[in-house]
Amino acid sequence: MSDQPFDTLSFRDSRLGRILREPMGLLGIGLVLLIVLGALFAGFTGYSPSKLAMRDRFHDPSFAHLLGTDHLGRDLFTRVLHGARIALGVAFVATGISFIGGLILGMIAGYGPRWLDSLLLLLFDSLRAFPTVMLALALVTLTGPSLAAVVLVVVLATLPGYARVVRAQTMSLKTTEFVLSARSLGAPSWRILAVHIMPNLIGPLVILVSMDIPVVITIEAGMSFLGLGVRPPTPSWGAILNDGYAFIRESAWPAIAGGLPIIIATLGFTFLGETLRDHLDPRLRQDG
Amino acid sequence: MLLYALKRLGLALIITAVALILLISMIQLIPGDPAAVLLGPLASPEMREMFRQQMGLDQPALVQIARFFGRVLTGDLGTDVLTNRSVLVTVMEQVPFTLALIFASITWSALIGIPLGCFAALYRGSLADRIVGILSVSSIALPSFVIAIYGLLLFSVKLGWFPTIGAGDRGAPLDQLYHLVLPSLAVGLGWVGYLARMVRASMLEVLSENHVRMARAFGLEERTITYRYALKIAIIPTVVLLGMGVGNMISSAVFAEIVFARPGVGKLIFDAISTRNYPVVMGAVMITTGFYVLCTLIADLVAAGLDPRVRSTL
Amino acid sequence: MSPLLDIKGLSVSFRTPRGDLKALRDVALQVGRGEIVGIIGESGCGKSTLINAIIGLLPANTGAVKGHIGFDGQELVGLPINAMRKLRGERITTIFQDPMTALNPVLTIGAQMTAIQYRRRASTSEKRRRAIEFLEKVRMPDAARRLDQYPHQFSGGMRQRICIAMALLTEPDLLIADEPTTALDATLEVQVIHLLRELQRDIGCSVLFISHHLGAVAELCGRVAIMYAGEVVEQGTAGDIFRDPRHPYTRKLLECDPGRITERQEILPTIPGELPDLVHVPQGCIFRDRCPERFALCGERPPEVTVRPGHQAACHKARELVAS
Repeated sequence: MSDQPFDTLSFRDSRLGRILREPMGLLGIGLVLLIVLGALFAGFTGYSPSKLAMRDRFHDPSFAHLLGTDHLGRDLFTRVLHGARIALGVAFVATGISFIGGLILGMIAGYGPRWLDSLLLLLFDSLRAFPTVMLALALVTLTGPSLAAVVLVVVLATLPGYARVVRAQTMSLKTTEFVLSARSLGAPSWRILAVHIMPNLIGPLVILVSMDIPVVITIEAGMSFLGLGVRPPTPSWGAILNDGYAFIRESAWPAIAGGLPIIIATLGFTFLGETLRDHLDPRLRQDG
Repeated sequence: MLLYALKRLGLALIITAVALILLISMIQLIPGDPAAVLLGPLASPEMREMFRQQMGLDQPALVQIARFFGRVLTGDLGTDVLTNRSVLVTVMEQVPFTLALIFASITWSALIGIPLGCFAALYRGSLADRIVGILSVSSIALPSFVIAIYGLLLFSVKLGWFPTIGAGDRGAPLDQLYHLVLPSLAVGLGWVGYLARMVRASMLEVLSENHVRMARAFGLEERTITYRYALKIAIIPTVVLLGMGVGNMISSAVFAEIVFARPGVGKLIFDAISTRNYPVVMGAVMITTGFYVLCTLIADLVAAGLDPRVRSTL
Repeated sequence: MSPLLDIKGLSVSFRTPRGDLKALRDVALQVGRGEIVGIIGESGCGKSTLINAIIGLLPANTGAVKGHIGFDGQELVGLPINAMRKLRGERITTIFQDPMTALNPVLTIGAQMTAIQYRRRASTSEKRRRAIEFLEKVRMPDAARRLDQYPHQFSGGMRQRICIAMALLTEPDLLIADEPTTALDATLEVQVIHLLRELQRDIGCSVLFISHHLGAVAELCGRVAIMYAGEVVEQGTAGDIFRDPRHPYTRKLLECDPGRITERQEILPTIPGELPDLVHVPQGCIFRDRCPERFALCGERPPEVTVRPGHQAACHKARELVAS
């Protein structure tokens, strides 16, 4: 615990140590590591993720092709590893934008004038009124499928939630002693927000955002599955799954190979996020 | 209660209106020419110009929004480009299929999730509780379309127990139900976990309250206390969650309809995108969004109605 | 005749991360038939644990329970859950401290009052009639109509009356009242205490009345036990305790109670020092650290000194400490 003196902290009692001691945390870290390592070593499988080899179509798994090959003879294992790069990349970029946007808009809503707060709140709630898939479908009809569209959908789907949390926290921090005293000393608003309020928001928000990583991965994979995300032949997990679905009667392996990394990633990040939250900030247990 | 209902209704209307404005503004905000995207690269400049005029895209944004609202209020969502029928008719034809799927999914997941949550709360800390916890978290995390495809692969393609496509024969309820099994499994599975978690949490909260201790001190049976005394309170936040979850279910339903080639609003939109049937896409998105807002509204009102403390504040 | 409630050598401990917390140690207490016994003590003295032990609702982290709780000749320690539940709400009923949270908010008063009569073979209307009868006994105006109202439609005082009515509905042998007046203001408190005494005479049950309000106890109880840090340090008739206290803790308590019955108090006025650590219970007298009369012998466990028949104090100086 934080009130323990520093020198008594062994690895066993450290945060990482405690998370590793929980089966769910351990499993989560293991699965996430699997995905990260896959993304790192995607180039070392000896196959190209997109080069066609029509003679090697629908191979069952073997030592040469760990997950078999798809309808164009491409090595599924290689494609899955490359897909990890896309999934993690989108997760990283999109949550980053959402994080920063949610932080800024939330603070403006919580600290700014009442009318602006009401307006932003209405905007957040209206954005949340769209089922995510509907948002994606409507948006992509207008933009055409692309990775940017995926990122935009993720941001529109997640940012309002973060902004609402930040807003609520900002409002409660606004009336605390240290903020009031800073205000009475004539500190400008931006300084109060940057120095006194923001540092208190980042911790809880990081946990909240990291809990959403599986959601982001799901959105990316889902949009690619519907053909609304990356364009072929880019190997997104969703696209691999869709190819597998199209040829499900020819071979089960492409479908299995497309679904497997999605399962591993969503479960891994969820287990890790759950354990992290329980250890770092039990208050966030909405339970939800 | 009446005041609350009115307030809540007003809020729902405003949110729907703003959501619609956002939807229309997207057309303006997004760079590029929607006519080019929608008509595809092969369309001639004249075609694009005609399309723009047809859709009113050549008008200023505010005029578009105002005209659009005027039309929506009279129930006119535009014309289905393919069949030349009213979009409203096209979409409404598909709504029953999606509703059936969502209803089936909610029903089975509530029937399993709620008792599971009660069970976990009653035996909190036990091995069974922990297993339920991990299973819940997993079922929430797993994307429904992966479940759908794996389910299709296992139960339809490999085992042949369930049909792969369609919604079943018209007028044959049993066949339709049979066709609902796998899709609703995929749509509802995450909800089992969601409900179990939610019920467990609010159940634990209620079971630690004083009145439960009092009920125990009067020797009431634990079963009576759980299902008659505690669940009645714990179910209130769960109902609110169910309403919000419909949005989630609509998303899952879109995938399930596509994977199982079931008719429904999701399938309609998906097909409309590939045929560039823009008015149908927008109309269907609007109707589902409105439906979702309506569901949260109903859920909030039902939850309020279940709580006598709110109900009596007329 | 044997006493209705006969507690002997009762010890209860809780498992905590720091070790076993000995919440009750060697408690002896008797409640005769038709008698009203008061228990006085600060927060954390073990009153709640004592009640929970009697009604068999100790929390999940309870460790060892040793000793005897005799109820009408029946041993309650180690009684199977179902047998215990048969006694609860039938022969032993309880009124809790906070009437605002003691009733289920989503069930009507009537539903709750009929639910607790589930053992009686009677029609619902019969059970409702009995509920109305008892609501009238606690002077609930317009009882028949109010039966169908929800708890939030009643004031705090009214809710405590409902709780009292529920507790007496089954005509129990033993009524446990756990600080029933603490959450009420002074005028209501007097009313509730008068009501309790009247109804107790009516029904003839025994009452275990827990309070930290000395005035209320003096008014209501025949005999009084003083608890400190999990032990009964002194017990006797109300007259003995209030006029001739022999334990230094009792004397301090009485000194510290300025207003007696007129003023409502949240916590007893403070006695210097803190409650001892019950995980590592010190040797000797439990009150030693805070005791003004402390002397060499206090390092040894004090004997149970009988001052006069029925009046015991656990203090080496019990015979010397005469009222000044």
